Parts: sequence; C-alpha cells; structure tokens
Amino acid sequence: MGGGGTLIVAYLSIIVILPIAAMVSHGFSISIGTKGAWFEFWRWHVAFGFRTFWDAVTAVGARNAILLSLWLSLAVATINAVMGVAIAWVLVRDRFFGRTFLDSVIDLPFALPTIVAGVVLLAIYGPDSPIHVDLFETWMGLMLALLFVTLPFSVRSVQPVLASLDLDSEAAARTLGAGTVRTFVSVVLPSLWPSVLAGFGLAFARAIGEFGSISLIAGGIPRTTTASYYIFNLTSGFLWTDAAAVSTALLVISLIVLVSANVFSRRFQRRLL
Amino acid sequence: MRARWTLRTVVLAYLGILIGLPVVFLVLKAFGHGFGAFWGEVTQTDALSALKLSLIIAAVAVPINTVVGVGAALLIARHDFIGKRIFDTIFDVPVAISPIIIGVSLVLAYSRIGWFGAPLARWGLNVLFTPLGVALATMSVSLPYVLRSIVPVLTEIGQDQEHAARTLGAGRLRIFWNVTLPSIRWAVLYGVTLTIARTLGEFGAVLVVSGNITGVTQTLPIYIYDSWDQRFDVLGSYSGALVLALISVAVLSILAVLRRRERKLLVDFA
Repeated sequence: MGGGGTLIVAYLSIIVILPIAAMVSHGFSISIGTKGAWFEFWRWHVAFGFRTFWDAVTAVGARNAILLSLWLSLAVATINAVMGVAIAWVLVRDRFFGRTFLDSVIDLPFALPTIVAGVVLLAIYGPDSPIHVDLFETWMGLMLALLFVTLPFSVRSVQPVLASLDLDSEAAARTLGAGTVRTFVSVVLPSLWPSVLAGFGLAFARAIGEFGSISLIAGGIPRTTTASYYIFNLTSGFLWTDAAAVSTALLVISLIVLVSANVFSRRFQRRLL
Repeated sequence: MRARWTLRTVVLAYLGILIGLPVVFLVLKAFGHGFGAFWGEVTQTDALSALKLSLIIAAVAVPINTVVGVGAALLIARHDFIGKRIFDTIFDVPVAISPIIIGVSLVLAYSRIGWFGAPLARWGLNVLFTPLGVALATMSVSLPYVLRSIVPVLTEIGQDQEHAARTLGAGRLRIFWNVTLPSIRWAVLYGVTLTIARTLGEFGAVLVVSGNITGVTQTLPIYIYDSWDQRFDVLGSYSGALVLALISVAVLSILAVLRRRERKLLVDFA
C-alpha cells in the first residue's frame, strides 16, 4: 500500500477504529481493581465485565428506549417503503407541471442538517403550531421526524430501477386483459421489490440511530426517549460506562441491519455499506 | 385515469405535509417579526461566534478528508491489497451508525477517562468539552463522501491513459496531476461539496463531545439547539435554522450542476 496507505490507515485508526474499540471495551469494563494472577484478572473481567454491560442494557430506561427505537424504525421504514414506491412511480411515469421541482425536493431531507429538520418540523407541528397540531413530546412527532429524514432512501432506492423497467411487458399484460392493479402486482412489483427492500434496510438503519431531528421534538420525557436520546442523557450525567454499553448494543443492531441489507442487495449490484 | 389522479394527489399531499408545509412555515416563523428581527438574531454575538467556529472546523476537516478520500480512492480503484474490503467498509462506518455513538467512542478513547486520556493529558490534550473534540467528531462523520464520489468515476475511466503517460516517461506525481486529477475533478468537487455540507451540519456527534460551551465549543447546529432548548429563544432557533437551510439549498444546486457534468455521480449520497 505504500507510505500514503499507511498514513490513511493511521488516520482511520485514530478517528474510527480505536475509538470504537475503546467504547466497546469500556462497555464491558469493571471499575474495581483486581489482584492476583493474570488468569484471575481475566476471569473477573469476563464475568463482571459482561455483568456491567448486561445491567446497563437491560435497565428499564434502556430497554424501553431500545424497544421504542425498534418499533418506530420498523413502522417508519414500512410506511416509507410504500410511499417511496408511490412517489417514485409519480416521478418516473407521471407527467405534470412541477415534476422536476418535486424530484429535487426529495433530496432536501438529505441535505438539511438534522437539527434543522427538527426545527423545520417544530415550526408547524410544535407547541406554537400555526395549524394547531401540537406533536411535541409525542411518538407521532418522533415518527414524523423519522419519516422526514428517511424518505430519500426509500424513494432513491426504487426510482432508478423503476425508470429502467421495460414497458413492453406491462403493455403485454394490459393487452392480455390485466387491470392497472393486477399489472402492477404481477409485472412491476416482482422486479421492483429487491430495491424496495434495500430502501427499507437503509431507512431502518438510519431511523434506529437518528438523533438530531428528534432531539427537540422528543422534549426529554421518558415516553419519547429513543435509544440515541437515552445514550445522550447518560452522557449528560457522565455515566460513560452505561453510555458505552448501550452504544455497543445500538452499534450491533445497526450493523446487523446494514449487513443483512447489503447481503441482500449485492444480488442486484448496489452497495449499501 | 382516475387511479393516476388519486396517486398523484396522495403523493403530493404526503410530500406537502412532510416537507413542503414545514419548510414554508420555517420561513414564515423566521421572518415572523420582520426581516430586522431575523437579521438581529443572525448577527448577535453568540450566533456569529458559533458560525465562526463552524467555519474554522470546516476549514480543518474538509481539506484533511479530501486528501484522505482521494488517496484512499486511488488505493481502492487502482491497487489490490490484503484487507481491501475491510479498508473500504471502515470508511462507511461513521455515517452508518448513530452520530451519538461516534461522540461516545471519541470520549472513551481520548478524554481523561479514555484509553489514551492519561498520555494525552500530559501533552495538554483532551477531547471532552474542547474544540479539538468537535474537530475530531466532525472529521469522523464526514469521512466517506469524497471517496464515495470518486471511486465509481475512477473505475469507469480505467487506466489506459495513465499507462500511456507512464510509457511516455511521466512520474507518478506527474501522472496524478496531469492525467488522473483532470478526469476526476468534478467528482472531487462533488465529494468536497458533500463534505462541507455534512461538516457544517453535524449535530449529534458534536453535541456529545462539545459540552455546549457558548463561544468555545458551540457550532451553528448546537447554537440552534441551545436557542430552543436552553435559552428559550425560539426566534434565534428559527433564524439559525433558516440560514443553514439556505446553505443546504445552495449545496443541492451545486450538486445538481455537477451531476449534469458527470453522469456517474450518485443522487443518493447519505
């Protein structure tokens, strides 16, 4: 790899690899000193270190926060999978004034900083809502924020596949008497669903770790505390060992989601991670 | 025909509720007390010092991540080595996991309580509640964008011209400057634009390490959060958010122009 390669690996180690290793190890650490032979130390470390991790992750607050993140992400990824197909369909097949503008609007949630996304939603769905829809400190508010930030994943995964589809087979199906719905389900959907699932995986992975866009609308009450918000609360209280343990759990969940989405999508040549 | 109209209506309503109306109301709220009030919020001392720190951090993180990204892209597209897949994957880790995790991991490596805390403290270095920590967190979350923009283009253009230049006697540096760089320049610009956008906008990772000290570790996104959550200065929050939103729109326009020049550039970059 040469000298340049070595420098890059050193840089990666400093800003990614070593910090994550330190965090994972800290999540399993024990604070009491141990004396004796090295095997004695490791026995203590493994037994009590795992206990540290387990206690932090199964604490009521942590468990509720992780469960909230999981079901919210699942719901959000599902809703946007459906809406993503609908939006992609309109963008690719429909023709109307302002379609190009609509197409560029889809990228806005990508480009907006997450805290700005949070403020944008509070401007209309916050405590001083001009249309009297106050979603502050509700799971609906969290869901709206997550739908906002994950929408581009769902649309942009499906859109190029839909655009590259051969229109002839759809025309053939129609000639043979299939209606709009039947044509979509039996002809379009079979070639579309791998990309829909890829978008689902990306949206789920993004939603499970999201913090910025929900940090204001969540308000800080237990009922709307997601996994990342819970970790942030721990760091505010300087409970770094607990924070490391819950972070490690969240890290593992994210990696499982991304690796399975990646294994799945490699079949149609699109890298996700 | 009716199905088409129904679908069109549903899609427009969804995008309107989720994106359109909120953005319109952000603008209305930011200018709710007139342009003067907006301008007053944007130009007050804390906002300006937050903007200044954001720009300084970007000035550090963007060049470093650009050089690293170009170097790594050349390694990945032009060389074979053991562990290439892992090397490639590590670049995506910081943007694939929660930014909060990035913040926590940096603290547990480089702050007083971290792995390397003691030796670093002897040098007077600490990442918790310092601009150094903010810079590290920002560098981490903006790591892959240049690399991801360049690699598809490098693979597409192939090595024929580079080989020709070598046959003609050009050295490695000369080949890079005169042959490789001109053909990837739009892709590099694309990646740099994305890196700048992420650098100016990063919130979660920075919040964990910053400790939110006004004038010292408060970046623009943290200022927006602080205005809403701690100082109850809602107008300050709306005004700051509008400034960053305008920057995002500018970023999107630049990206659209660059995509027209180079087809290989991806729309979905996050």
